[in-house]
Amino acid sequence: MNEKPEKLIDKKGLRLDGRKADELRPLKLEVGVLANADGSAYIEHGKNKILAAVFGPKEMHPKHLSLPDRMVIRCRYHMAPFSVQERKSPAPSRREVELSKVIRESLEASLFVELYPRTGIDVFIEVLQADGGTRCASITAASLAIADAGIPMRDLVVACAAGKVDDTVVLDLFDVEDKLGAADVPVALMPNLNAVTLLQMDGILTPEEFEKAVSMAMEGCKQIYVMQKEALKTKYMAIKEEVEEE
Amino acid sequence: MSSLVTRVKLKQIEQLVAKGKRLDGRGILDYRELKIEQGVIEKAEGSARVLLGKTEVLVGIKVETGTPFPDTPNEGVQTVNAELVPLASPSFEPGPPDENSIELARIVDRGIRESKAIDTAKLCIEPGKKVFVVFIDVYVLNHDGNLIDASALAAVAALLNTKMPNYEVEDGEVKIKSGYTPLPLKSHPITVTLGKINGSLIVDPWLEEEQVMDSRISMAINDEGNICAIQKGGSGYFAPQQILEAKNIAMEKATELRKKLGW
Amino acid sequence: MPTFFEKKQVVTPGELLAEGDYLIGENTYMEENKIYASRIGLVDLDNKRVNVVALRAFYVPKMGDIVIGTVKEVGFNGWTVDIKAPYTALLRASDVLSRPFKPQNDELSQVLNGGDLIVAKIASYDRAHDPQLTVGEPGLGKITRGQIMQVTPTKIPRVIGRKGSMISMIKQETGCQIILGLNGVILVTGKSPEFEELAMAAIKKIEEESHTSGLTDRITQLLKEEKAKLEENKNE
Repeated sequence: MNEKPEKLIDKKGLRLDGRKADELRPLKLEVGVLANADGSAYIEHGKNKILAAVFGPKEMHPKHLSLPDRMVIRCRYHMAPFSVQERKSPAPSRREVELSKVIRESLEASLFVELYPRTGIDVFIEVLQADGGTRCASITAASLAIADAGIPMRDLVVACAAGKVDDTVVLDLFDVEDKLGAADVPVALMPNLNAVTLLQMDGILTPEEFEKAVSMAMEGCKQIYVMQKEALKTKYMAIKEEVEEE
Repeated sequence: MSSLVTRVKLKQIEQLVAKGKRLDGRGILDYRELKIEQGVIEKAEGSARVLLGKTEVLVGIKVETGTPFPDTPNEGVQTVNAELVPLASPSFEPGPPDENSIELARIVDRGIRESKAIDTAKLCIEPGKKVFVVFIDVYVLNHDGNLIDASALAAVAALLNTKMPNYEVEDGEVKIKSGYTPLPLKSHPITVTLGKINGSLIVDPWLEEEQVMDSRISMAINDEGNICAIQKGGSGYFAPQQILEAKNIAMEKATELRKKLGW
Repeated sequence: MPTFFEKKQVVTPGELLAEGDYLIGENTYMEENKIYASRIGLVDLDNKRVNVVALRAFYVPKMGDIVIGTVKEVGFNGWTVDIKAPYTALLRASDVLSRPFKPQNDELSQVLNGGDLIVAKIASYDRAHDPQLTVGEPGLGKITRGQIMQVTPTKIPRVIGRKGSMISMIKQETGCQIILGLNGVILVTGKSPEFEELAMAAIKKIEEESHTSGLTDRITQLLKEEKAKLEENKNE
């Protein structure tokens, strides 16, 4: 049993993991990691390790699930039993069902669904290790997987959370801060269109704190977006450098 | 299901909203007629029935004893379940809770939990061993739009109506005595849902407006005017300014409702 | 009225490409007078049209396209064919058999069975129906020899080259017959497996390096070098 820390931010303004209030956890993104999927991506965000895969567009089975005038999106957010401190049952929990829904909705906003009627795409997200902010990291990876599958998009979707610990609004809560902090605000964004596709909040915030948290989360999103684009370009441009060296 | 409403009507709704009007004559910031009845199910420890326009939600509260969660040994337990009963709408199918009913339950749960509406510390019978468990069951009886606000209001109204059995602990056993105590409540959260139709935000969308809107946002506000839960839903998106606009409207409407209900 | 890119720059979905009096081309879309990319690719301007040549895309059927597909199932009056697209294609028995089709007498699986490869043409396709194929033209029909490979459909034009220069060169150097399905599936038929594999290696290299310059020269060089090696081995 871990002891509950007394303070989440010390006198110097540093958090339990040494970060400042507006600092992101370290991030690593890789595109095209699964050979069998049409598109895939892997993200490490802090201690989160998440794999996303996309299949499609293809005809749906059973056929009655498809729609005559647009593409259907199915999304499954699932946590591996060993991803958390206390083993989690592999059966889908109510939380996973809700997250699958909000993640799907956040990605759907970026897709031109009318382009491919009577088809569907499947988005599978597997959380291999969780440490707070998994829904945001999942969205960031899933969006890259969709782009990797060659599916046209309005913009990449990137997500990041902000929240409040010890009376301070901070960026990118990790697990302990999420559990012991006062509020958590995950935000997903299509940065070029300035469009928020996911917004949730739990905790207690004054209207001013909420405004600050949203704006901080959006800043975090924009920083991660730069890395997202790099990761996507890296996969497709690796050859260019090799060739030009010859 | 867009097949339920004709394309012509959907276009009509869209055009009216752009002019600040709605098909049923309401302004875009108006709630439908709201009726709340408490104590409608005598066998439940608490209950309430809400009629929001034609949307009807019944919430029953059962209070039982149980074991606390290991990380909160001195606190009672709150659990919310929602049933989209098949008779409430042609679009509800019988079966286990689907993603819509799970989302609804979790939104209602968050509003109550995060505002600390139920004083869970006062629900402790024997620390680490026995606590009261408050079962909040949301039963949607007729779906005519905005199940979230109707369910959230019904849940709080039912909690206000809830009585816990009196008890005494004898030799480590909980013995129920006669008489009841009202459930201790610290807050009365009010959830306000706005739908987005193109660039306009409308309060309390009804069923047909829900088929036109591209997304919704719900905010739960506590007695002090602070925000304790937010959920954006739907596959559309919000501009950052619209989120702030929604926040302002939600706070205004919550204050209005709070005054009207006397919470 | 600006554009925001350099010629052949790599762009990602959502990147702002141009604003004002421009037209949307491949893999772009317009919102409020601004043009954005919708896929990762190389952007270019053709008169006033902004185009993105996608580095990754799937095939969407178009009428008249030649495609190579795999027969999936034998049905009552035809076959379903996998053309590596979001939609399954259909080939009617009446298209294949040159005489009227009698369900009881004709054993469709004798003509084409699951797993068979065919070269076909998209005869019809619209939003409400799956693509219909035809094999009723010379050069189309069941594939009996050769090797199959797959590339991203958007790279097929690069494999063809300007006025067919690239594909002609590969055919000449390797002595292979090459059929390019616009759905990205390619059939290579040669005198020997070694020459078929050489042609396939060249095509694979084009797919991987399609966005670089000097490709034609490098492919020509590769083919000449490898061909020389093969001739040497033959003589030993």
